[in-house]
Amino acid sequence: MEGPGLSYIALSNGDLLLASLLVLANAALSLALDLGLHKRLFMASVRMVVQLFLMGMVLTTLFRLLSPWLTGLAVVVMVGFAGREVAERQERRLLGWWSYGLGTGSMMLAAVLVTVLALTSALRPEPWYDPRYALPLLGMILGNTMTGVSLGLNSLTNGLYLRRAAVEARLMLGEDRRTAFAPVVRQSLRQALMPIINVMSATGVVSIPGMMTGQILGGVPPQEAVKYQIMILFLIAGGVGLGALAAVYGGAWALSDARHRLRLDRLGTPKA
Amino acid sequence: MLDIRDLRRQGLAAAVSFKLQAGECLGVRGPSGAGKSLLLRAIADLDPSDGHVSWQGQERGQMPAPDWRKIVGYLPAEPGWWADRVGDHFQNWAVLLPLVTRLGLPADAEHWPVTRPSTGERMRLAFLRALERAPKLLLLDEPTAALDAKSVAIVEEIVAERRRDQGLAVIWVSHDPEQSRRVSSRVLQVEQGRAWEEGAV
Repeated sequence: MEGPGLSYIALSNGDLLLASLLVLANAALSLALDLGLHKRLFMASVRMVVQLFLMGMVLTTLFRLLSPWLTGLAVVVMVGFAGREVAERQERRLLGWWSYGLGTGSMMLAAVLVTVLALTSALRPEPWYDPRYALPLLGMILGNTMTGVSLGLNSLTNGLYLRRAAVEARLMLGEDRRTAFAPVVRQSLRQALMPIINVMSATGVVSIPGMMTGQILGGVPPQEAVKYQIMILFLIAGGVGLGALAAVYGGAWALSDARHRLRLDRLGTPKA
Repeated sequence: MLDIRDLRRQGLAAAVSFKLQAGECLGVRGPSGAGKSLLLRAIADLDPSDGHVSWQGQERGQMPAPDWRKIVGYLPAEPGWWADRVGDHFQNWAVLLPLVTRLGLPADAEHWPVTRPSTGERMRLAFLRALERAPKLLLLDEPTAALDAKSVAIVEEIVAERRRDQGLAVIWVSHDPEQSRRVSSRVLQVEQGRAWEEGAV
């Protein structure tokens, strides 16, 4: 990362150790207040450290090899993990293939499409799949799309379950599934998009976004970092919207059938 | 005429077959959990089922489900509400006013928030809602369980009128043997997922 005009302060492992004391303080607090969080806090911290160091190694290798196939493989692995995460976060999961496939499929569609769009139109690195651009970009879009997709799906399945009498009342009056599901679908899309809308409204006033912080710390002039950040937020909003749309409509499809029935039998029981 | 042949569904142990003429009422009796509501839901096509169900010779599977459900009205034991205002669940409240008053509901109930009506009022509102679309076949799942004697009589009266004047066919689930005898000439007994028709009452 030693481009001309860029300067940044490299961190030593000792610096990281120092910062980790804060997590230890949290753990102590959890013990003192009997929150029962110290174990999970510890595990999450360890996971975070290991995963990020591994990622650093993988990225270094991928950047050096510049292979479209290996980059593609990394994309598949990332989306796969995101899909698992979405399935895990569902209170009531769709049965069978759907529980995993729907979230993964929606994110694959949305995040990859938006990333490729950005790479081929706005950023235009050479080659366009240069992992130095493609993977961080996908990571940011995917992370947010994952939140949107899992919120949207969760809201859909819960909404249809809790409001089944209202949905079936409309079906019974001869309305089609689209009309009968509409209030729940609308609410689910709102749920999915709310976080990114909040982020966009608060950003620059309440918070300085992580990517921009990173660029500024890396020596990029704030004006330039801002432009990057704006583009990223647009891309994220696009990815979240597209992903949530695919997941929520896909979920509504999966939970109904051609005879316009509400098929809650395709939904698992909630996790304890 | 409603013609049901070998209707099978999950939760019902045996296939169900019966015929019901326009204007006729079939009472359905049986202990709780016997499968009475499952049977109604299968006829309404709210749950998947196998077998033949037809109205006036028109096979249910040959028409889009929303069309079938315009022929069949269904009043579940716990009716659902999707809008915030009572009136938004009806097509034309003004036309319904005579029935509204007859059922002992205030004319301005239209403006009520949907959380306001009591269980009994909700049941009567859902009854009205089902009638408003003028179904040919009406499935009633204990429509009078939460009503006082006077309202029960009025509901029975309105159904009887519709049967006589419009040829409405009715399938009426009731826990009250007296009511079954009053409203229907035939009774379908449902027990442990099996249904059979009793001899004419």
